[in-house]
Amino acid sequence: MIPPVLWELASQFLVLSFLSIGGANAVIPEIHLRVVDTEHWMTDADFAQLFALSQAAPGPNVLIVSLVGWKVAGIVGGVVAMLAMSGPSSILTYGVAHAWERFRDAPWRIAIQRALAPVTVGLILASGYVLTRTADHSWAAYIITGVTLVLTLRTTVHPLWLLAVAAVLGAFGLV
Amino acid sequence: MIAAMSDSAASDSVARLSLSALFFGFLKVGLSGFGGVMPFARRMIVEQRRWLTEAEFLDVLSLSQFLPGPNIVNVSVIIGRRFQGVAGSIAATGGLMLMPLVIVLALATIYGQVAQIDAVRNALNAMSAAASGLILSTALKLARPIGSVAWQIGVCAAVFVAIALLRAPLLWVLIVICPVSFAIAWRIRG
Repeated sequence: MIPPVLWELASQFLVLSFLSIGGANAVIPEIHLRVVDTEHWMTDADFAQLFALSQAAPGPNVLIVSLVGWKVAGIVGGVVAMLAMSGPSSILTYGVAHAWERFRDAPWRIAIQRALAPVTVGLILASGYVLTRTADHSWAAYIITGVTLVLTLRTTVHPLWLLAVAAVLGAFGLV
Repeated sequence: MIAAMSDSAASDSVARLSLSALFFGFLKVGLSGFGGVMPFARRMIVEQRRWLTEAEFLDVLSLSQFLPGPNIVNVSVIIGRRFQGVAGSIAATGGLMLMPLVIVLALATIYGQVAQIDAVRNALNAMSAAASGLILSTALKLARPIGSVAWQIGVCAAVFVAIALLRAPLLWVLIVICPVSFAIAWRIRG
């Protein structure tokens, strides 16, 4: 008696697990594509708000996945989405960890690392772009994104402060 | 030779790492950062508890980044496996994810109750603008090492255009771009 939506949720994230080269932050556009555009599980604004929540909670950045699951199917959905996202990749990682240690200095291994580095950067840049387009609907919002970007690059200010200041500005209707 | 030496150095400490040490070590890591915990994992594993040397950790990290899946989850799988096999991987990953999952789902439940209030919605919309800035800065920090290599900039730009501007499905982008990128890296290796 498992609700069909849980199967649907699990199957989406089982696929994403294998595609998430570069980690959870690299697949934000693909998650957005699937849950907003394809499945119509939530709106753009919902997605952006869940991402903000995931940044405000302690833990790995993959938490966005459990929030998407929660939005779709409650707490069970959150747990199912997280297991589906982490399970297949973990089994793969477990399987190849030993071989990787053996081929420490193999030329193909070094070439793979050099090949994937720019792919990962491109994916995460795309995540930032897609999130900005999804989240920012006013000049004030773009200014917050820009100021956050500059402060995180130029200073050691804790990201939580930036989220908190933004929240206060937003709560007073200034954004 | 160096690999063999570091293997034996690591295996000296293997016997002393129990399942509960793995579980609670990663539990602490899971709670230490916001929007990502990798720097805290490195500090705990290399500096505080000395489970791995810096070089060993970098090795684990590079494998975790190259394989699909959340990077920090892959790190916990590899380190758990190294010390205690399957049970170690489950203990480490379980420790890592347990509390963050509980906390974020609790937050989500509260959010579900108050999401209709205008001030809350406005606050979260503004937070998501800041969160976008955070992820852009993550990308730019990662981009620094590739900033001077022309072909890597080209690959990075191609991925960005395909995913962000054309909104192409990730699977197809990876199928097309990864082999091209590997072919270039292979030709100019060494």
